[in-house]
Amino acid sequence: MASSNDLDIANVTKRFGAHIAVNDVTFSVAPGEFFSILGPSGCGKTTLMRMIAGFENPSSGDIRIRDASMIGVPANRRPVNMVFQSLALFPMMNVGENVAYGMTCRGVSRAEADERATRMLERVGLKGFGDRQVTALSGGQRQRVAIARCLVLEPTLVLLDEPLGALDLKLREHMKIELKQLQGTFNTTFAYITHDQSEALVMSDRIAVMNQGRFEQVGNPRELYHSPATPFVASFVGETNRWQGVVSDGADGTIAVRLPSGVLVHGRGKSNVGDALCFARPEAIALASDPTALSALPNRFDGRVSAVLFDGANSSLLIETVGFDQPVRAVLPQAGALAGINVGAPIHLGWTSDAMKVFAA
Amino acid sequence: MKTAQRLTLLLMMAPAILWLGVLIVLPHVEILILSFSERVAPRVYQFGFGNYLEFFTEPLYWRTFARTAIMSILVTAVTLVLAFPIALYIARVAQGRVKAMLLLLCLLPFWVSELVRTLGWMMLLRETGIISYILRMTGLADHPVELLYNDGAVILGLVYGGLLFMIVPLANALESLDPSVVEAGYDLGGSRWTVIRRIVIPHAMPGIVAGSIIVFMLTVGNFATPVLLGGKNGLWFTEQIYAQFITRFNWPQGAAFGMLLLLLSSAIVWAGLRLTGQGLGTTLRQA
Repeated sequence: MASSNDLDIANVTKRFGAHIAVNDVTFSVAPGEFFSILGPSGCGKTTLMRMIAGFENPSSGDIRIRDASMIGVPANRRPVNMVFQSLALFPMMNVGENVAYGMTCRGVSRAEADERATRMLERVGLKGFGDRQVTALSGGQRQRVAIARCLVLEPTLVLLDEPLGALDLKLREHMKIELKQLQGTFNTTFAYITHDQSEALVMSDRIAVMNQGRFEQVGNPRELYHSPATPFVASFVGETNRWQGVVSDGADGTIAVRLPSGVLVHGRGKSNVGDALCFARPEAIALASDPTALSALPNRFDGRVSAVLFDGANSSLLIETVGFDQPVRAVLPQAGALAGINVGAPIHLGWTSDAMKVFAA
Repeated sequence: MKTAQRLTLLLMMAPAILWLGVLIVLPHVEILILSFSERVAPRVYQFGFGNYLEFFTEPLYWRTFARTAIMSILVTAVTLVLAFPIALYIARVAQGRVKAMLLLLCLLPFWVSELVRTLGWMMLLRETGIISYILRMTGLADHPVELLYNDGAVILGLVYGGLLFMIVPLANALESLDPSVVEAGYDLGGSRWTVIRRIVIPHAMPGIVAGSIIVFMLTVGNFATPVLLGGKNGLWFTEQIYAQFITRFNWPQGAAFGMLLLLLSSAIVWAGLRLTGQGLGTTLRQA
């Protein structure tokens, strides 16, 4: 089966004793794609990445890079390079030697390796840093050295294992954009693993959401955010309100779910009978001080503001709502009429049935 | 307040200062002075370099000296080569109980006195010893084999005695190496040998130097092992010092030899540090 993909993972399973770390995972990554694997810690994403890099062998299944099986190929012979979580720069070498290391391993002459390392450092914005010690670099510069060290080898695939995890928030936001741009300029295929949904959403062309060794859903960031396939994806990707109830009526495409308090909410989904989980995004919750403004919505409730979570453009309200056991979270537009609302103020809220996803619990 | 603090500090350091002063500095000053006194008549001494001149004019002395230096370097090198894989295993592969167990196994021989350990080797190696017996029983030799009293036996005994002091600083140094740095070494295309040469050894360098200094000094100054395992062929410089002090009762000559040995080990340690580009400070921390 010839494939035009850079990476094909076919039914890969990895067992550690009785524990199944990676359970029958299949996916492909196209050339030039930025592919992310998103999941909570312990979901098996690191094991999956280590199998692609060659540090672990799958218990079953096949890993193919440009259509060549990698089973039995040691890590140092795979056309794959990894950016480690700790970056793993070589502290015993200076920046230039770090970048030249891989080329000298491949038998490139010292002079040529040095020259290519210098050019690569220029491309990642570290011109003239070759003689510095890696310990003398800032977090962002170390990051760029780690990536340059891989890219200079022109690998088919670059693996990135949560490389932004150790950076502070401001730098992380900056590096997200920088990584995406680097990937674009070099047009190299990136496979990125992270537990941070915002990193995955911002940078990726496609994302696989992984949970307990399995892929829950693979799709582009918008699909994952707007049409989650499973309750796990709905709750893991992005902020969301989550309610549990029992399906009372599954007629005409929309589903009515009765919450334990007796309140009925209307949403869309596949679940027709039994327990159900409902998810609604905070930004999909409409707010009004006048109940008539919400009269067109199938879900309308009255509440009282229990907390104002001011965070600039990401500000939101927690609203104590009759019939809901937890406060409902709703985005508070800072340009709207309600921007100045205070704790304790009465408020009306509502949402369309399209905005609420219902899954069988 | 300030003087009280200073007094406390002084009192706390007093044992160490006494130790250094009385047991190390004082005897060495005494030995240094002694080494420059020449006997001109019975019980009449005067200042002179005669004892040092004697060392250079008598080939036995400086040959033994050079032999001790070269053999000690050889022993240190052999110990390093043997200890490296063991330390690598203890530091990187063994986990938990196994690791503690392995370190204990290295330590175990040191619960026995050096003399007894060396006698143990003699039992194995002598003409009527166990190895000779086994060789004869299996038909590999048709007459008793003497394995004692040669350079091989001396090196064997000294390496055995130095191994632990090489393994511990090496294992310490190797333990602090981030596993992902080693993985990155492979990931970027390095072979096992490249990773060891360019990543593991440079990282372990302070431990290598620390262990080598300790083993070298222990070896140069060893007395029992070369005497017992080498016999007449041992020819270790410490034997010459012993002979001057105890047999010949020529203390000034013995003192001069002692100073020369001190100079030798200092010079070689200094050269070793310069050669590997290590500072004494970092090396001592590792040891």
